[in-house]
Amino acid sequence: MSKGIRTRKGATISLNGEAEKIIKEYTSSSSVAIQPDDFFAMTPKLLVKEGTVVEKGAPIFFDKNKPEIQFVSPVAGKLTQVLRGAKRKILALVLTPEGDKAVKHKTTQWEKLNREEAIRLLLDSGNWPFLGQRPYGVVANPKADPKALFISTFASAPLEVDFDFLLKNNKEEFQRGINFLSKLVPEIFLSAEASFGGFFENIENATYVPVKGQHPVGNLSVQIHQLAPLNMGETVWTIRPEDVVNIGVFLETGEFSAQRTVAVAGSAVGAPQYIKTIIGTQLSELLDQAEVDQNLANRYINGDVLSGTATTENGYLGYFNNLVTVIPEGNEYRIFGWLPFLDNHIPSLSKTSLAWLFGKKKFDVNTNLNGEERALVVTGEMERVFPMDIFPMQLIKACMTGDIEKMEALGIYEVVPEDFGLVDYVNTSKIEAQEIIKDALTLMIKEVG
Amino acid sequence: MNFLRNQLDNLKRPFAKGEKWERFAPAVNAFDTFLFVPNHTTTKGAHIRDAVDLKRTMVTVILALMPALFYGIYNTGYQHFIQLGTPFTFMEAFVHGAFKIVPMIIVSYVVGLTIEFAFAVYRGHEVNEGYLVTGMLIPMIMPVDIPLWMVSISVAFAVLIAKEAFGGTGMNILNPALTARAFAFFAYPTYMSGNKVWVSEAGNVDAISGETILGTLAAGQQVNYSLFEMFQGAIPGSIAETSTLWILVGAVILIATGVGSWRIMAGGVLGAAVMGFLFNLWGANALMSFNWMNHLVAGGFAFGIVFMATDPVSAAQTTKGKWIYGILVGIFCIMIRVFNPAYPEGVMLAILLMNVFAPTIDHYVIQSNVNKRKKRWATSQLKTA
Repeated sequence: MSKGIRTRKGATISLNGEAEKIIKEYTSSSSVAIQPDDFFAMTPKLLVKEGTVVEKGAPIFFDKNKPEIQFVSPVAGKLTQVLRGAKRKILALVLTPEGDKAVKHKTTQWEKLNREEAIRLLLDSGNWPFLGQRPYGVVANPKADPKALFISTFASAPLEVDFDFLLKNNKEEFQRGINFLSKLVPEIFLSAEASFGGFFENIENATYVPVKGQHPVGNLSVQIHQLAPLNMGETVWTIRPEDVVNIGVFLETGEFSAQRTVAVAGSAVGAPQYIKTIIGTQLSELLDQAEVDQNLANRYINGDVLSGTATTENGYLGYFNNLVTVIPEGNEYRIFGWLPFLDNHIPSLSKTSLAWLFGKKKFDVNTNLNGEERALVVTGEMERVFPMDIFPMQLIKACMTGDIEKMEALGIYEVVPEDFGLVDYVNTSKIEAQEIIKDALTLMIKEVG
Repeated sequence: MNFLRNQLDNLKRPFAKGEKWERFAPAVNAFDTFLFVPNHTTTKGAHIRDAVDLKRTMVTVILALMPALFYGIYNTGYQHFIQLGTPFTFMEAFVHGAFKIVPMIIVSYVVGLTIEFAFAVYRGHEVNEGYLVTGMLIPMIMPVDIPLWMVSISVAFAVLIAKEAFGGTGMNILNPALTARAFAFFAYPTYMSGNKVWVSEAGNVDAISGETILGTLAAGQQVNYSLFEMFQGAIPGSIAETSTLWILVGAVILIATGVGSWRIMAGGVLGAAVMGFLFNLWGANALMSFNWMNHLVAGGFAFGIVFMATDPVSAAQTTKGKWIYGILVGIFCIMIRVFNPAYPEGVMLAILLMNVFAPTIDHYVIQSNVNKRKKRWATSQLKTA
């Protein structure tokens, strides 16, 4: 057990609409899609044509730059549509499930595999994309030599899930996944909320890390920064808790497992709850289940309100997120809304609002910008929600000017966009920090690699 | 409210994209967003946003300035009637002051905002709210009898040279309000110092004793005010800087709302107190022997450290940097007061000087963070090699 992580910086934004702790099963989706944008900086190259019928676990595309990494179909079915955007960029591969044929892999002897064979097995079976890599937050490079693997079971963002509850029936598979993954890396760090570690505390072959603090302490960047800070040229790997289970299931059955348990939460959700489904399910069906009125103007978010991706009610569940948040849109005017100490129903970390007086209360939020974008004026507010030994504002400015040397010196290797979710939220000038960091990371990958 | 909104939307139609007066949209938007927080929703980045915006921040600063301003208005009348030797009521003093000061505020806003709007239209960006505070600060730190045309020229100089030349709000090196005062100070010295400028219509009185405390000391004369009088503020001086008491009320508002940096304020008071104390020990002349506590309440120090030094754009931006910056402002303020009798008040020059050095302070604070990271990289490479 590690001595743990404790941060004082950060913030908790309590929102209404937390998911009730019941898990409903929903696996009979009529439409499923894989969205290549879920894998940062990856260029997909298709392996099958529109109209092809594929088995579950059959490769459907691969990474153009690392052809050994292939992505498989989460269901048996027909590739009905390839949705394309500007410049024919692939937005989504839409599959219509039919039948239950699945690609079988030989996994009975997995305990005897060495590192190379284990990597090979993950690559061939399509489980590899579950592994992420820092710096940059891309899909792991199978040729890399990471110094550790990080798993955070403490999702600290607003309305996020409780992994101990979510995976309560998968303890065995989780342990099996960890045992397998420990072949790939020298050390596995498994973090959980300090006050209640749940079954993660007793997992073997991993270093348990109790974590205490407010969001973004659950983010991997913060934990990596504390436990094994990334130096230039180093890499670490990451994986999400449920994907450890998916690998555990795969080892047992030999079939690709695309289990995804999501919480549908937010103030616009009638019956917020957990739903056990599969990766890439069409959202509308989950939303019906959770009693969301889809005729209202809502913001549908794959992920949390701070760092999630906006989609529509007909969109698809992201590859990695365990949370779908639905909140009302906020395209309305507020008269004299700029007066300090008024409109305290909007959560605010600034003391120019009296929202802090209602600290325990849970807030309803909408997507109003609450102002307009301005030049950066106020200082010190980003640092309050950024629990790393990095100067966030200076890093953002370096990223805006595209000065790679400065970005490196200020710590670009240690961050991913989601770490700036709260920075986006708090800053007075309404700067879009996550977007700036994302562009900067794209530049880094292109120029430095 | 809906009626008003619809009227506004109708009015704004010719300024929409692709319409006839599109170029002037920033000017109209500035008025519109003053009435309504716009209906803009998040498109990228975090989907929810804090209730705070730049308007709210700036308005909070203006709120914090109000106690000092109202006292300044009263004190203007008070000084005037005291020197005349005529009896007066509170209201009379206040009205006299208001007749002097309100026109200055109007001139400052009209001139400054005209330039800001012109630049916003020219550059095609929205009007930034920074001038709301600057425009209020400029009259507050001027002598009461300064002609309005001097106010307007100082304002124009400050906005054009100190702010827009550097790229507008958020980019300036020097505090614009202090730049305006420094400009007036060096361009029209006879209106900015001496023993007649601090009391309204002092020219009409023969035996005036309206010199500021620091001016009196610099001239080598005895100060006739007690520590309490200096703290409470019924003394001659620039319009709103005399009352440390009401400035402290403003400081409490700024610190409680988190809008002003308490680190800079605390650093400044610390630096000035220590420097003043050291000079007390030395005690070579009248200004050196001036009690260090008096230094904190006399002159513009309190106003400068609370409202000017804390301007986030021109101050140091890092946490550690803010301490260093604040302490140095305090030290230099007292040093200029003591060593340079030509400038009896040191806080203006001390803050402007530190404005120039703030980026350097930040540079070293950030560099130490960078060096720490690079050292870590170097040791990790040694390990793997």
